[in-house]
Amino acid sequence: VLKFSADQSLSGYEMSVRVGIDLVSVEEVERSIAAHGERYLSRIYSEQELVDSRARPSRLAARFAAKEAAMKALGRDDEGFGWKSIEVKRRDDGQPTLELAGEAAELAHRRGVRKITVSLTHERDRAAAVVVMETN
Amino acid sequence: MSATLNDEIRKVLSDHARLPMQAGSIDENADLFQAGMSSHASVNVMLALEDAFDIEFPDAMLRRSVFESISAIADAVAQLSPQAA
Repeated sequence: VLKFSADQSLSGYEMSVRVGIDLVSVEEVERSIAAHGERYLSRIYSEQELVDSRARPSRLAARFAAKEAAMKALGRDDEGFGWKSIEVKRRDDGQPTLELAGEAAELAHRRGVRKITVSLTHERDRAAAVVVMETN
Repeated sequence: MSATLNDEIRKVLSDHARLPMQAGSIDENADLFQAGMSSHASVNVMLALEDAFDIEFPDAMLRRSVFESISAIADAVAQLSPQAA
């Protein structure tokens, strides 16, 4: 059993992490679909994300939260990149994973990111995501 | 920057930014995110701006700084649609 205390240095456990969190109103997602329809969906979510979540605004809200949480974890200065460059996928066991492409992937490379973990949650009216990036 | 362009942007913000105050009362240089615009609301603002001005924001312009104030949005709209300026 490993015990940790504030004054204990964990020699041999050199790991740095970047963390991002975001919270999204499910109602806002529903309003966006009502106001902008397919243009909103296709601009923000990948084809796979829409297959997984199109019928469930709470799931879409969780995916949007994951994209924002990832941007926060990346510590975006003012780089411009589209929401679809950060994509939530599902592994065969149902666990969500995050895939980065394009500018987002390049920024992650510059930040020394070598592993990304994402956790999603949603209730009826709110969805949230936490993203942890392990870096060199 | 023309008053008309800023007025149209204020109308979009009033309809889509979900700010806790009247869009008409916001200083053109005030930070909209600090004023309460969520990142998700900024997506609606972007899509509504595209409708209002018949423009399309390229991914490279999807930056916080582009949407952080009325004057920044006006600059972006003017860049994408010179006739709007």
